[in-house]
Amino acid sequence: MSLKRIDLLICCGSGCVSAGSLKIKEKFHEVLDQKGLTSEINIIETGCMGPCDYGPVMVIYPEGIFYKKVTVEDVEEIVTEHFEKGRPVKRLMLQDMDEKTIPAQKDVPFYQKQIKVALENCGYIDPESLDEYIATGGYEALGTVLTTMKPLDVIEIIKNSGLRGRGGGGFPTHIKWKMVHDAVADQKYYICNGDEGDPGAFMDRSLLEGDPHRILEGMMIGAYAMGASRGYLYIRAEYPLAIKRIKMAIAQAHEMGLMGENIFGSDFCFDAEVRTGAGAFVCGEETALIHSIEGNRGNPSPKPPYPAVSGLWGKPTVVNNVETLGNIPTIFRKGAEWFASMGTATSKGTKVFALTGDIRNTGLVEVPMGITLRELIFDVGGGMVGDRNFKAVQLGGPSGGCLTTEHLDVPVDYETLKEKGAMMGSGGVIVMNDQKCMVNVAKFFMDFCVDESCGKCSPCRIGLKQLYEILERITNGEGKEGDIDELIRLGEAVNKLSLCGLGQTAPNPVLSTLRYFRNEYEAHIRDKACANKVCLPLMHFNIHKDKCIGCSLCARKCPVTCISGSREEKYTIHQLDCIKCGNCMEVCPVKAIDKIAGMHPEVVAHKIAEKKALESED
Amino acid sequence: MKTLADLKKIREKAQEEMKLRGGNVRMKIVVGMGTSGIAMGAREVMKTFLEEIANRNLTDVLVTQTGEKGLSSMEPVVDVIEEGKEKITYGNMSPEKVKKVVVEHIVNGRIVSDYVVATGN
Repeated sequence: MSLKRIDLLICCGSGCVSAGSLKIKEKFHEVLDQKGLTSEINIIETGCMGPCDYGPVMVIYPEGIFYKKVTVEDVEEIVTEHFEKGRPVKRLMLQDMDEKTIPAQKDVPFYQKQIKVALENCGYIDPESLDEYIATGGYEALGTVLTTMKPLDVIEIIKNSGLRGRGGGGFPTHIKWKMVHDAVADQKYYICNGDEGDPGAFMDRSLLEGDPHRILEGMMIGAYAMGASRGYLYIRAEYPLAIKRIKMAIAQAHEMGLMGENIFGSDFCFDAEVRTGAGAFVCGEETALIHSIEGNRGNPSPKPPYPAVSGLWGKPTVVNNVETLGNIPTIFRKGAEWFASMGTATSKGTKVFALTGDIRNTGLVEVPMGITLRELIFDVGGGMVGDRNFKAVQLGGPSGGCLTTEHLDVPVDYETLKEKGAMMGSGGVIVMNDQKCMVNVAKFFMDFCVDESCGKCSPCRIGLKQLYEILERITNGEGKEGDIDELIRLGEAVNKLSLCGLGQTAPNPVLSTLRYFRNEYEAHIRDKACANKVCLPLMHFNIHKDKCIGCSLCARKCPVTCISGSREEKYTIHQLDCIKCGNCMEVCPVKAIDKIAGMHPEVVAHKIAEKKALESED
Repeated sequence: MKTLADLKKIREKAQEEMKLRGGNVRMKIVVGMGTSGIAMGAREVMKTFLEEIANRNLTDVLVTQTGEKGLSSMEPVVDVIEEGKEKITYGNMSPEKVKKVVVEHIVNGRIVSDYVVATGN
């Protein structure tokens, strides 16, 4: 046995891996090998540490020093300076606004308002080591539950904790469990829903990759409570590492006797297997997911019957989200009262959010329920990038809605968000600055939902397409009076009539942007202008004659040769031919080219003439 | 594994493996690894500490390093820090002296006063 003196934890979450953390890990192995230090230093590949924007990140124990944006070239210096001479490399440490260096991870501002429950071990342990999970108290909750508690006691504890589904709906977990517990059947199933599909959300992925045993433990506690002996983990194929890690965890648990027959010497037997999803958004809906596991097309079916009554192969089934399961072991270790002491009256505990968009600290965070949006975006998220102002935040992905500056002080909980027109959803938080066009944002999400609609029911299949076409018309400068009313009418109809959650919530981004940014829609329709110059048909480029030096660079770079002029006359853009690529603006050495909101008068005149010509033909 | 007691055994062993990340540490040994320390053999001193402590299975002792301590004439310099006690600094260390410090001080709690160059902060 050799004694280690340094634990080097390299974040190998999705963000850091794409920023090159695996190459850095290889380099560390290589350099330590050369210097004969391998026996003294542990290199550990962990799950997501959270601050993805600083990636690749790493933490070095025993001091707990935090390095950010490490490159392969920095490895040599870290080894010789920090590992050999004990001088941590200051330039790789984080600096705060006042340029003060923050050496230790525990002092990084990003972590200050966070409370990690589900993510407790993520970024701290080696996800491929069962021992490390056990060292943090893993499987203790399962052992206690199986040896000292009755199923109904387990459900009671979950009830007292106030845990609600973290996948989006927020349905109380104990009710699902109780329904299946009470059902009489020869076989019951437990499904872990890892079909995370919201653009920008990666909490389930990070949990499965960073702490797989926690999910298995949570699953087995639930399975015991409801009397299920078989479980499935439905994970999308786009998450190969999550699949690999969870399969590895299942094998380790079997080997150790923590899964299989008579676990902890009790009568409880449980086995789980992974089913890979092909990446359809609708398969995150529980009935569609169940059909997919059965080998059928992943289409939703009407509820009732609910899965708790007739689920997988017609048997009583509970479907719980990954993050929900991640909370369960800790609730049993620390107590339901402890969990319920965090949060608001109806939303207890913590929630994991994936912060993305125009925000400084993009990444994965876990905060207590009831935190205000302001704290989440400005304290944890570090505020807006650059000097831009906050405009809106999209919560809950394509099923959610957007909130504005007036909502910054509302508490984040299931009910409040719903009341304001957004939703908790799976926890995707897309922060937008004042340069975003909300009509365009609504169109983006609608495009996603049109693509992902399974087509089984017509309100969703046809209604969403119609909504998208109206939005496309508006952003193309062909919006007409009455379009806004039509959007609302259609949106409400799709919401009421769709079969499953996908269709019911898909109009939300349109309806909520209309609620708070109706003036932008009106400007697009009436003035044919996109104030933020995002919608290309509703803006144009213009060369300032008095600033132009006649260098001809713009004309030479124009891909459609629609700029002409001379040194004397200066240059002009022929608006009818312009494709708005923006090349000219980029290359202009004197910044004489501007974006201007609204269609150019020439283009307007041309459109009117075209229309008249069409009418006279008729 | 069949009982909670089995789990506890595995947990205790696993926690020792993870002690660098903030476990139950009774004593911390800090080796000065500045340029002059390394020139005077601090690496060998550090290695000997690691080996001796591993061989004796002293799971609650942690070995780490620091930079130049400003005692260049007495390198290699080593601090022994124990919770609630005064810091002991040993100077002019060598692998042989390390072995003695481990047996006397780390295991039996008797400070090897011959090698001490400073106490307290």
